Amino acid sequence: MTALAAPARTRRVLTTTAIVYLALVAVIVLGAILVSVVANRNFFSPGNIRDILTGMSVLGLFAIGQTLVILGASLDLSVPFVASLASLLAAQTMAGGTGNIAAGVGIALVVGAAIGFVNGAIVTGLKVNGFIATLGTGLIVKGYLDTNYKGTAGSVPWEFQLIGATGLGPVPISTLIMLGLAALVALALRYTRTGHHLFAVGGNAEVARLSGVRTAPPVIAAHVLSSVFAALAGLLLASRLGVGSPTVGSQGGYDLLSIAAVVLGGTLLLGGRGGVAGTIGGVAIFAVIDNVMSVLQVNPFLKDVVRGVVIVAAVAIYTGRAIQRRRPRFSAKEELR
Amino acid sequence: MTLPPPRATTQPGAGLPSIGRRLANLGLALVSPRGAVFLLLLVLLVAIALLNPRFAEPEQFIRFIQRVAPIAIVAIGQYFVIVSGEFDLSMGSLITTQVVVAGNLIGQDDARILPVTLLMIAIGVIVGVVNGLVTTLLKVPSFIVTLGMMLALLGGVFWWTGGAATGNPSDTFRQLGRGGIRDLPVIEFLPWAVVVLAIALAAAIWFSKRPFGRAMIAVGDNVETARYAGIRVWATKTAAFVISSLSATIAGVLLVGYAGVHPSVGRGYEFIAITAVVLGGVVLGGGRGWVVAAVAGAFALEALFTLLNFADIPSTYRDAVQGVIIIAAVAYAAVTFRGRRQRPSRLAEPPAPSTSPPGEEPVVSATPAGSAPHPSGPDGTTQQGGQ
Repeated sequence: MTALAAPARTRRVLTTTAIVYLALVAVIVLGAILVSVVANRNFFSPGNIRDILTGMSVLGLFAIGQTLVILGASLDLSVPFVASLASLLAAQTMAGGTGNIAAGVGIALVVGAAIGFVNGAIVTGLKVNGFIATLGTGLIVKGYLDTNYKGTAGSVPWEFQLIGATGLGPVPISTLIMLGLAALVALALRYTRTGHHLFAVGGNAEVARLSGVRTAPPVIAAHVLSSVFAALAGLLLASRLGVGSPTVGSQGGYDLLSIAAVVLGGTLLLGGRGGVAGTIGGVAIFAVIDNVMSVLQVNPFLKDVVRGVVIVAAVAIYTGRAIQRRRPRFSAKEELR
Repeated sequence: MTLPPPRATTQPGAGLPSIGRRLANLGLALVSPRGAVFLLLLVLLVAIALLNPRFAEPEQFIRFIQRVAPIAIVAIGQYFVIVSGEFDLSMGSLITTQVVVAGNLIGQDDARILPVTLLMIAIGVIVGVVNGLVTTLLKVPSFIVTLGMMLALLGGVFWWTGGAATGNPSDTFRQLGRGGIRDLPVIEFLPWAVVVLAIALAAAIWFSKRPFGRAMIAVGDNVETARYAGIRVWATKTAAFVISSLSATIAGVLLVGYAGVHPSVGRGYEFIAITAVVLGGVVLGGGRGWVVAAVAGAFALEALFTLLNFADIPSTYRDAVQGVIIIAAVAYAAVTFRGRRQRPSRLAEPPAPSTSPPGEEPVVSATPAGSAPHPSGPDGTTQQGGQ
C-alpha cells in the first residue's frame, strides 16, 4: 500500500483517495473469499451486487452532503431529522397522487434548504461551533416531529416508489442518482470558486479571510447542500417505505455513520482536505462489509462491534498520513510530531 | 451552589474593593458567559418554585438534586475531556454497558457486589485508556474513536445478552441510587446519590487545581505550548478519558438503582452531557472552562425540563427547547469571546476590529487594577491563570 502511494505524493488529493479505493479492493477481495468459502455463495452475483449498491445509496446521499460540511470545518448532526421531516412532508404532499410528486419533492427540498441555511447562518453569523449548532437545530426538528407525528403519515404513489425499487440491470436507479450527484458535487468542488473557497476556509479560516475570501458564503452553501442531500435521502427512504416516517432518519443513525463514512473516505475531520470521491469509497467499504456480514449471517449486534472497530482501525491508517501531509504547509512546528 | 461568584475567588490580591464595586463585579460575572449559567439556573429555579411552591421545600429540592446527580456526574467527566480538547461520545453507551453488566452479573447475590463493582471499574478504566491511547498515539480524532467505541460497546453488550437487557441487581446494590440517610432534620432524607455527587464535585474541583488538572486545560488550549512546557500530552489526555469513563461508570451505578435495568438507560447521555458542559460556558475545542459551571449546566438543563413539566408543556418539546438553549448559550459565549479563539490554529493576534464584542470591554475595565488581567484573556476566562 505504501509503495503504491508514495509515487503519487505530489498529487495529494488523489493519494488519499487512492488508498481508500485500495482498501475497498482489499475489502472486496477478502469479502468475496469469505463469502465463497464460508457461505459457499457467489459474492459477485447480480443479486448480491444489487444489494451492496442499494445499501450504498442512502448513506451515500447523506455522506456527500456531510463531506461538504466537514470540508468547511463544520459538522452536520441534524441530517437524520431533516431526512425524516422530508420524508413526511413529501409523503403528505403527495398523498398517493401521481400528480403531486413534483410538489412533494419540491417542498421537501425547499424545507431542507431552509434548515441548512439556518444551520449555516448560525455557524457563520453567531460563531457557534457546527457540532452544537446542528445538534441544536436537529433537536428542534426532532421536537417538532415528535410533537406533530405519532407514527407514519401520508403515502407516496407507486410511480415514486419505483425510484427506490427499480434498476438498470443490477444497478439500482437510486444508486445511479447518488453517483451522478456525487460526480456533480466533485466537479463543483474542483471547478467553482465557491468550491475552492470551501477548501480554503476549512483549511484555515483566518488565512482565507486575510487572503480576501469571504468566509461565510462557502460554509453556508455547504450547510444548505448538506441539508438538501439529507432531504434527498429522506425522499429516497420515503420511496422505499411508501410512507413518511418520523423516525426513519434517526433509526439509521445516519448522522454519526455519515461522518464516519466521510472520515473513512480520507477527508480530514478538521476540514480543508478530502473530497467526494473518497467519501463514496468509504461508503462502499461500509456497504461491502455490511453485505458480507449479512451473507455470513453475523449476529446484528456483533455487526455493530465490527463496524466500530473497522471505523477506528481504518481511520488510524489514514490519519497519520493525512496529518503529515497537511501540516508542513501551514506551520513547521507540527512536524515535531 | 446557586451563587458562586467566580470573580470573588479569581482576584484575591486586589485589595479590598468597595461593596459597590463588588456588587458590580458580581453582576458582570453573572452576565459573563461563565457566570450566565448560574443566573439561568437561578431564574429557572425561581420560576419552578413560583409555579409549584412545593418544589422549594427542602425535601423536594433534595429529590431534584438526586434526579440531576447522574447527569451532573457525567457532565463532570465530559468536562475534563472537552476542556482537554477532545470529545467523548461513548459515555452513554458505557452507562448502558455498566447497567447491563450490573443487572446480569450481580443478580440477587449480595456476595457478588464487590467483585462485579471491581469489574465495572476495570471496564471503565479500560474503555478510557483505549479511547485515550487511540486518540493520542494513533492520532485518530476522538470523535471517531469514541464513536467506534460507542458502536462496539452497545453492539458487544447486546450481543452478549441477546439484545434484551434483563436481570435485576440486588436491592443492596441499588441502594446507592435509590436509598439514602433517613430521619434527618430539615431535609428528612439525604439520598446517597446527592452524597456521591458532592464527593465527585469536590474531587473534580480539587483535581482541577492540581498541577495535573491545570495541565489538562493547558493541553486543550494549545497542544504545542503544553508540550514545550514539559507536559506529556498523551498521558494527560488519556487521563481525561479515564476520568470520563469512570464518571460514566458511577452514573451507571446510580442509574441502576434509580431507574433499574433497561436497554435504553444511558441513551443520549453523551449529548446531554455535552449540552450541559457547553451550557456551563466550557468552550468546545478545549482550554477554557470551569467544572462547577459545567455541573451548574447540568442542573440548569434538568431544571429546564422540570419547568417544562410543571408548565404543562408536552414532553416532546423537551428536545426542541434543549436545542434552542444550547444554540443560544454558545452563541452568547461566542459573541463575547469572539476573536479570541479560532480553532484549530490561530495566528499571532488576529482579533479583527469589526469583531470586537461590545460586552467584553466593560468586563475588562471593571477588573480591579491590581489583578493584571492576562493579555489574551478578556476577563474571568483566564480563571486558572488568575488563581
